Amino acid sequence: MSVLSELKVGESGLLIALDLPESVQNHLMHMGFVPDAHVTALRRAPAGDPTVYGIDGMEIALRVETAKAIRVREYLPATAESTKMAGTAR
Amino acid sequence: MNACCETPVFEPPAAPPGAALQTVVLIGPPNSGKSTLFNRLTGLRQKVANYPGVTVEQRMGPMSGVGRDDLTLIDLPGIYSLTPYSEDARVAIDVLKGKMPGTPKPDAVLLVLDSLHLTRQLMLAAPVLALGLPTLVLLNMSDLMKSRGGAVDTLKLARELGAPVAQISAVHATGLDAVPLFLTQCAIRTSGIHLEQRLTLPVLGNAASTHSWAAQVSRRTGYHPPLSAESSRKLDNVLLHRIWGPLLFLVVVVGVFEVVFSIGQPLSDGFGDLLARMGNLVRPILPAGWIQSLVLDGAWKGISSVLVFLPQILLLFLFIGVLEDSGYLARAALIADRVMRTIGLNGKAFIPLLSAYACAVPAIMATRTIENRRDRFATILVTPFMTCSARLPVYMLLIAAFIPNIAFLHGFLGLRTIVMLSLYLAGFVAAMTTAWLLKSSILKSSETPFILELPQYRMPTLRSLLMRLVDRAKVFLRQAGTVILMVTLALWVLAHIPPIHLSGGTYAAPELADSMIGRLGHFIEPALAPLGFNWKIGIGLLSSVLAREVMVSTMGTLYGADPATQSMHLQTALHHDMSLGGALALMIFFAFAMQCTSTMAVVRRETNSWRWPAFQFGYMLVLAYGAAFVVNQAVTAFLR
Repeated sequence: MSVLSELKVGESGLLIALDLPESVQNHLMHMGFVPDAHVTALRRAPAGDPTVYGIDGMEIALRVETAKAIRVREYLPATAESTKMAGTAR
Repeated sequence: MNACCETPVFEPPAAPPGAALQTVVLIGPPNSGKSTLFNRLTGLRQKVANYPGVTVEQRMGPMSGVGRDDLTLIDLPGIYSLTPYSEDARVAIDVLKGKMPGTPKPDAVLLVLDSLHLTRQLMLAAPVLALGLPTLVLLNMSDLMKSRGGAVDTLKLARELGAPVAQISAVHATGLDAVPLFLTQCAIRTSGIHLEQRLTLPVLGNAASTHSWAAQVSRRTGYHPPLSAESSRKLDNVLLHRIWGPLLFLVVVVGVFEVVFSIGQPLSDGFGDLLARMGNLVRPILPAGWIQSLVLDGAWKGISSVLVFLPQILLLFLFIGVLEDSGYLARAALIADRVMRTIGLNGKAFIPLLSAYACAVPAIMATRTIENRRDRFATILVTPFMTCSARLPVYMLLIAAFIPNIAFLHGFLGLRTIVMLSLYLAGFVAAMTTAWLLKSSILKSSETPFILELPQYRMPTLRSLLMRLVDRAKVFLRQAGTVILMVTLALWVLAHIPPIHLSGGTYAAPELADSMIGRLGHFIEPALAPLGFNWKIGIGLLSSVLAREVMVSTMGTLYGADPATQSMHLQTALHHDMSLGGALALMIFFAFAMQCTSTMAVVRRETNSWRWPAFQFGYMLVLAYGAAFVVNQAVTAFLR
C-alpha cells in the first residue's frame, strides 16, 4: 500500500481511498478518482510538479500534496480483470 | 440510431396547455462540446475553444438552426456533478434547477456527453435524468470515437437510461436531426413513462456508487472506449518536455511578436495609406471650411489613426485563437503552476491571465472557474495588468515613432520586438507581484488543490479561427464607430471653441493653445511635466480612461487640428513633439494604468462592489505614474 505521489512516471496503481476534504474528494471522484480505478502516472510538468495522471482515458493534473492524500495499491496486470469484476459486482 | 423515434408502449395523454414546451437546456461535463452544439442549433456564435471552462455563464438563443424559433435554448457552463465546486458550475446548476432569477425554468434537457470518455461522462447522466425532465442524451464526437475503434450500442443505452440516445458530431453537424424529432415528441407526451423507468437509477447515490453504476451501464451497452489519441501523448512528450517545453513556448511567443511587426507593420502601413486616400477622395465633395475640417481633420483622422492597427490586432487574435482551440492553453497552465504557486495562486489562474492578452473583460469572466473566492478576486484584480490588444495601437505608434529599426541575430530579432516584449513582460511582472502582495495580505487564504483536466489536442478549424477574426473585427469597428467617433467629435469641438470674432462678422478657430481643450491641457500640464508628457498627451490620457485605443485617435485629432502638424504623419508629429524619455514613460504608463471603463464595469459586476474596481483603478494609477516618472527621469539623465 502506498500513495499516488509515489508512483513513478509510467507506473500504475489501483485506487483505494481519498483522504481529502469532503468537497475536493467529491469533485475528484466525479472526475473518475473512485475506489478500484486504475491510475497511471503519465508525466511530470517541466518543473517536476504537478503530475499528469491517466484515469478512465482522461488526463488530469494534480499537485504532489493532493496526490499524497490518495491511497493506492499495487496494480498487477494478471489480476486486473478479476479485481475490476469484484469492484463492480458489489 | 435515433432511439427517440421508438414508439412508446402506450399513447400518453396530451400535456396540459400550461406545460407547453418552451425552454430547452444544454448540459454536460466541461469541454464536451455544448457551445459548439449551441451554435449549431441556434445559428449564433457563442465562443468555443478546446479547454474546460470556456463558457462561464448561461447564454440563451432561439433554436433557429433546427427551425424551431419558438423554443429557447440555454447554453450552460460544464459541470461534473450537481454539487457545485466553482462559480461557473453554480450558475449551471441553478439554471438547470430553475432557480436562476431572470432565466426561465427548463422544460427539456439536452445532455451532451463526450463519447470518447463515456464511462466517466455517464456519471452525470444519473443526477440529470433524476431531475425528471424529458431528456435527450447526445453522444458527441461519435465520429471520432468510431474512427478510433470505439463502439457503443445506443439502443441498449437508451433502455438502460430510460431516455432517447443519439450519436452526433457537433463539429461536423451530423446526427442533429434527432434534436427536432425529440422536441416534437416532448410536446406530445408527458414524462410519466420516464419516471417509471428512472426508478432504477441511483438517484441518491454518492460518487463511488454513481461511478460503479456508470461502469456497469457502459459495460452492458457494449461500450468500447476508443484508443486514446497517441498523437496527443507524443505531442506532449515535446511540448511538456523538461527543457524543450518552456523553450518552445518562448520561441513561439517571440516569433509571434516578430510576425506582428514584420508582417503586420507593412499591412498596417498599406491599410493606413488606403484610409488616407479614402479621406482625400471625399475632400472635394465636402464644402471647404468647418465641415471639411470637422469630418476630415477631426473625425476621419482620429478614427483612421486607430483603424490602421486592425491588421496587427487580428494577427494577435489569430495566434490566441490557435492557442485556445488546439488545447495548448491547459498545458500552459500546467507549466505555469509552479510559478503561480510561489505567488499564492494556482495554475488555473493562468488561463484567464493568458486570454487577457486579447481582452481583460472576458478574462475576468473566465476567473469563475477558479474555485477559491480569494484566489479568484486576486486574479480579477491583476488581470488588467496583462497587455490587452487595446494597448497594441499605443505601443505600435510610439515604438514606430521612437525606436529605430535595428536588427539583431541576422534579422531574427529586432530592437522594436525587444521593446514590445519588454512591455509585455513589465505588465506580467506587475501582475505577478501584485498578486503576491494581495495573496500575502488582504486576500490571504489556505491553498486550494490544483485539479486540471487536460483536453486532447485538436487541430483548430479554419472556420472557427475565421469566425473569431470576423467577430473581433466587428467589435473593433463598432468601437471606432461609437466611442472613438464621439470622443474625436467632442475633441474637435473643444479645439474650436471659443471662436475668434474677426472683422467683417466672420469667425475663425482659435489658436489650439487658446481653445477650451488647449486651456484644459495646459491646466493639467504641470502634473504631467515630470513624466515628460506635454499637454496634448495629457488630454490623450484623460480621454483614454474610456478605452486605451482612444489615446491614438485623440493624438490623431489634436495633431490634425494643429496647423503646424496638420500635414505630418502622426508618427513624425509625435517624434518632433516629445523626448525619448517621455515616449518610454508613456509606454510604461500604458502598461500599468487602468484605462478601460468596460473592465471596471465587469470587475464591479463580478466582485459585486464598487470598492474593488475603485481600489484597482487607484493602485494602477499610482503605479503607472510612479513608474513613468522614474523612466522619464532616468532616460533623460542618461541621455544628457
